[in-house]
Amino acid sequence: MTAATDMTLAEARDRLAAKDISAAELASAHIQAVEAARPLNAFITETPERALEMAQASDARIAKGEAGLLEGIPLAIKDLFCTRDVMTTAGSHILDGFHPTYESTVSANLWDAGAVLLGKTNLDEFAMGSSNMTSYYGGVENPWKREGDNRKLVPGGSSGGSATAVAAHLALGATGTDTGGSIRQPASFTGIVGMKPTYGRCSRWGIVAFASSLDQAGPMTRSVRDAAILLRAMAGHDPKDSTSVDRPVPDYEAALTGDVRGLKVGVPKEYRIDGMSPEIEALWQTGIAWLKESGAEIVEVSLPHTRYALPAYYIVAPAETSSNLARYDGVRYGLREDGDASLTEMYEATRGAGFGAEVKRRVLIGTYVLSAGYYDAYYNKARQVRTLIARDFQEAFENVDVLLTPTAPSPAFAMGEKMDDPIAMYLNDVFTVPASMAGLPGISVPAGLSGEGLPLGLQLVGRPFDEETVIRAAGVLEAAAGFDARPTFVTGS
Amino acid sequence: MSVDVGTVRRIASLARVKVEDAQAEALVGELNNILSWVEQLGELDTEGVPPMTSVVEMELPLRADAVTDGGVAEDIVKNAPDPSGRFFTVPKVVE
Amino acid sequence: MSLLQGTTGEWEMVIGLEVHAQVISNSKLFSGASTTFGAAPNSQVSIVDAAMPGMLPVLNRECVAQAIRTGLGLKAKINLVSVFERKNYFYPDLPQGYQISQYQHPIVGEGSILLDLDNGETREVGIERLHLEQDAGKSLHDQHPRKTFVDLNRSGVALMEIVSKPDMRSAEEVGAYLRKLRSILRYLGTCDGNMDEGSMRCDVNLSLRRPGGPLGTRTETKNVNSIRFVQQAIEAEARRQMEILEDGGSIEQETRLFDSRRGETRSMRSKEEAHDYRYFPDPDLLPLELEPAWVEDLKAALPELPDDKKARFMADFGLSAYDAGVLVAERANADFYEEVAKGRDAKLAANWVITNFFGALNASGKGLEEAPVTAAQLGGLLDLLADDTISGRIAKDVFEEMWESGKDAAVIVEEKGLKQITDTGAIEAAIAKVIADNPGQVEQYTSGANPKVIGWFVGQVMKATQGKANPGMVNQLLKKHLGG
Repeated sequence: MTAATDMTLAEARDRLAAKDISAAELASAHIQAVEAARPLNAFITETPERALEMAQASDARIAKGEAGLLEGIPLAIKDLFCTRDVMTTAGSHILDGFHPTYESTVSANLWDAGAVLLGKTNLDEFAMGSSNMTSYYGGVENPWKREGDNRKLVPGGSSGGSATAVAAHLALGATGTDTGGSIRQPASFTGIVGMKPTYGRCSRWGIVAFASSLDQAGPMTRSVRDAAILLRAMAGHDPKDSTSVDRPVPDYEAALTGDVRGLKVGVPKEYRIDGMSPEIEALWQTGIAWLKESGAEIVEVSLPHTRYALPAYYIVAPAETSSNLARYDGVRYGLREDGDASLTEMYEATRGAGFGAEVKRRVLIGTYVLSAGYYDAYYNKARQVRTLIARDFQEAFENVDVLLTPTAPSPAFAMGEKMDDPIAMYLNDVFTVPASMAGLPGISVPAGLSGEGLPLGLQLVGRPFDEETVIRAAGVLEAAAGFDARPTFVTGS
Repeated sequence: MSVDVGTVRRIASLARVKVEDAQAEALVGELNNILSWVEQLGELDTEGVPPMTSVVEMELPLRADAVTDGGVAEDIVKNAPDPSGRFFTVPKVVE
Repeated sequence: MSLLQGTTGEWEMVIGLEVHAQVISNSKLFSGASTTFGAAPNSQVSIVDAAMPGMLPVLNRECVAQAIRTGLGLKAKINLVSVFERKNYFYPDLPQGYQISQYQHPIVGEGSILLDLDNGETREVGIERLHLEQDAGKSLHDQHPRKTFVDLNRSGVALMEIVSKPDMRSAEEVGAYLRKLRSILRYLGTCDGNMDEGSMRCDVNLSLRRPGGPLGTRTETKNVNSIRFVQQAIEAEARRQMEILEDGGSIEQETRLFDSRRGETRSMRSKEEAHDYRYFPDPDLLPLELEPAWVEDLKAALPELPDDKKARFMADFGLSAYDAGVLVAERANADFYEEVAKGRDAKLAANWVITNFFGALNASGKGLEEAPVTAAQLGGLLDLLADDTISGRIAKDVFEEMWESGKDAAVIVEEKGLKQITDTGAIEAAIAKVIADNPGQVEQYTSGANPKVIGWFVGQVMKATQGKANPGMVNQLLKKHLGG
C-alpha cells in the first residue's frame, strides 16, 4: 500500500471514503513530513494542533456520512491567504505578528469542504518574485537537485513554499496565487501541476492583494485530477468580491475524459523566443506530438503582441501594487517603526524597514508610472496594450480550443542566481504573463526532465471560464508524458 | 524618460518609503533599467485602442443597502501596534 | 453684482463651491457598516473600512440611486457609465492609503441651480459635476499630548461631491446657493444638509478680477461648516486678496483654512507639500454602468422640487414670488402650507402661515415638527375667520391661545365667548353709548372738520364689545348713526 504521504489527493479521498485510512492518520503522517522537511523552509507557520483537530472533526463527519468534497485532506495554504487566528505574513516583515480576525473566502471554502490545514507556506514577499528569494522568512529550497550537483535550487515563485510542499510530499495539495505566473512557474520548477483559473473564478476576498486586476488563486497538486478536485472546492461566486463571477462551478474532475480527438490545439509562433533552451523547444515539440497522436488537431496561431505582455505587466502590476500596499502604514496592524517620531517619519521608517528590496522597487516604479505627467505614457499605454493582448487571444480562440506553450523558459536555477538583475528574473514569466494579462485559465503540467534531471512543464491556456477543456487536454498531456520522476528529496538519492 | 536621484527621492517620499542615500543611488540605475525596458511599448501604435477596464466580461455588482457589519471594535483594533482603548493612535499630527 | 471698492478701482469676486454632502443611506458606500452619527469609537467599522489585508469594496446600490436622484434634481446629465478611481495619499484617517472617488468619469455631469435672491429675482448657477466618494475617518488631536487618536466610524460613508461652476459673485449669492442646494437635497431625501453635524461641508474657491477682466489666481478655503462662516470666509478672503493685489502682489494658488474665531483665512502649509494623487481606475471595481430604465424609474419617482412647487404656488394660489419662495424653502413647510390652504383662501392661508405661524415658530425657537399647532388646527382657525365667527383681530388672540394651550380654535372661541357679534341691536346699543359719551368727537365728525375720527369711533365700539363686534358692521352702523 502506498505510504500516506505518497498518495495523490484523489487516492487519499477514495481511501478516506472507504475508511481505509483515517483523516487523523493522514494528518499525522503529513505533520511528521512537514517537521522532517523544515530545512526546505517551505512553511512560515505550521499548524499541527489545528490540523489534528480538523482531522478528528473530519473523521467524525466521515463516520456520520457527512463527508465534504475534501473531507480529511491535508492541505498547505500559501501565506497570502488570510486565515482566522493563524498568523498571516505575505512573506513580509511589515505584517509582523498579524493575526487576521477573518478567513479568506477560498480557504473558508476548503474548510467547508472538509480540508485540513497543515500550515502556511512561504512565498516571495507580497507574491512579488519568481524564486521565493524575496521572502522576509528566507528562500525555499526546491526538493529537486541537478544531477551530480548539490547546490540548492529555487522552487520558483511566488508560490514557492506551496510548490515545494506538494513536490516534497508534505501536503496532498496546496493553494497558490498567480499574478503573472506565480502558480505555473513554480509548478514547472518542482515537477507538479499548477493551475491558474480564469480571473474571477476564485474569490480574491481575504487574499493579500498584490495586483488586483491580475491576482487569482488556484490549486497546486501532484496530478491534473487533483487540481480539478481542489479547484472545484476553491472556486465559486463571492458577493464580497466585485470581480467574482456568478456562474456555476462545474465538476472539473468529470472533464477528465482522456479524449482530445478533434480538439484544436493552437501553437503560438511568437512563443519561440530568442535564447530559449533547445531542450525546452524540444519538449514543446514532443508535447505537440503527444496531443496530435491523441487525436488533437494542431494549428499554428499568431499572438502578435506577445512580446509586449511582459513590459506592460511590469507597468500594470507595480502601479496597482503601489496603491494596494499603501495600507501597510504602521497604524492598524503589523510593524511600526519610529512610533515616537513625526507621522511622516513613522510612515517612512515603517515602510522602509518593513518592505524588502524587490517590493520597494515595484512600489517606486508603480508610484512613478502613475505620477503626474507619466500616467498616459506608461499606465494608460500599458492598459491599451493589455487590450491588444486580450484581442490576440480572442482571435486565436476563434480557431482553436486551447493553446500549448512551454511554462517557463528554463528549469529551476540555483539560489543566488539572477538575483542582481531584476529584468532577467522578470523574464521567468515570459510565457505565463500573457494569459494573466488576458485573464485566461492556464495550467502547467510536468512533461519531462531537463538534461540536468530537472522537471520541465508545459502550459495549456484556454478560453475564459473554459477550465474544463484545459483540464481535459492537461489530463491527456499528463498521461502521454507519464512523468513519474521523483525529486531528490523524496527519493533520498 | 529617465529618473535621477531627485526623482527617486520624490517618488520615495510620495510612497512614504525611507530610502538611504546609498540606496537612492542604486535605485536610479535599477529603475532606469526597468523603465527603459518597459518603454519598448512605445513602439506600438495604440491610437484609438481602448484601455482595458476589466479583464472579465461582467457588470459591476451592486449590494443592497443593509447594515450587515460593524460592532466589532475589539477586532478592528486587535492587531494595532499602539491602540488606546478602541482608538488607533499615530504620532501627533499638527495642523 | 456686488463689486469690492479698492483704492485702485473695483474688484469682482469669482466664486465656485465644492460641497461634500453625506448621502442618506443605512450602510456605507462600499461596506455593510452603519452610517449612524455619533457611535462609540470604531464600532461602526467593518474590516473593509479598516482596510485589513485582502478586503474588497462592494458598491451600495442605494448610494448610487441617491446620486442619480440628486443629479436629476440638479437638472444634470446622468452619465450611464462612470468609473471609480483611487486617489492616493497617506493620512491616518484614510486606512486604504487611497480614497475611492470618481475622477475622469463622474456619475453626474453638468446641471444647474436657480438661486432665489432676496429681491425676489432668480439667478442660475451652473453645476460642473457630481461624483460619489468615500468619507475619511476622524483624527482627534486633543486626547493625548503626543498622539493623535483615530476613529474610523466615518471612514467609507458615502459622500456626493457637488462642484459648481465659478458662477457666483458675492457672499450673498453663495448663501443663496447653499440654501437652495440644501433645500433640493432635503426635498430629494438624499442628504440631511446638517452642516453642524458635518453632513454638508463646503470648500470655497475664490479669486478676484477687474470687472470683465481675465480671471485671477484662486485659493481654496477648505471645510467651512456653516452658511454664515462660508460668507464670513468669503468676505475675509476677498479682503485679503484685494489687499495683496492692490499692493502689487500676487495671489498664491493654495489651500487655506477659515479661522472662525479670528474671522480670517490662513494658509494650510501642512497640506501644501507636493500633491500628486496618482488617480487610476480602481481595479477592485468595474466601471459602473447604469440601466437607462433604472434612471427613468428614479426620475419618475422624484418628488416635486422647490422650483416647480414655487411656480405652482404662484400660478395656482396667486402667491407672490417672495411668499412662494419662503413657503417652498423646506419641503415640510410647503406641505404644512398646502394642508392649511386646501379648500381655503390660499393667500390668506399664506399670510397666516408665514406671518403668524412661522413668526411664532421663530420666536419659540422650535422646529415645525415640535409646533404646538397643527396644520389642521390652523385651518380650523381660518375657517372661523372665513365664516365670520370671529374677526381678524380676535383670530390673532385665538392663535396665541392655541399656541399656548394646543387647543382647537373652536374650543377656545367657545370657552372664552369670543364669537363675533353680528347682532345689529347689540352693536347699535354700543354705538349709542359711545355717541352719547363723546359729543366732542361727534361734533368733529358731523361738522366735517375731521372725517377720519370715524376710525376712532370704530375703535371705541370694538373696545366696548371686547373686539367681538364685526368690524364691517360697526363701520356701516356708525356711519348711519352719525348721519355721515
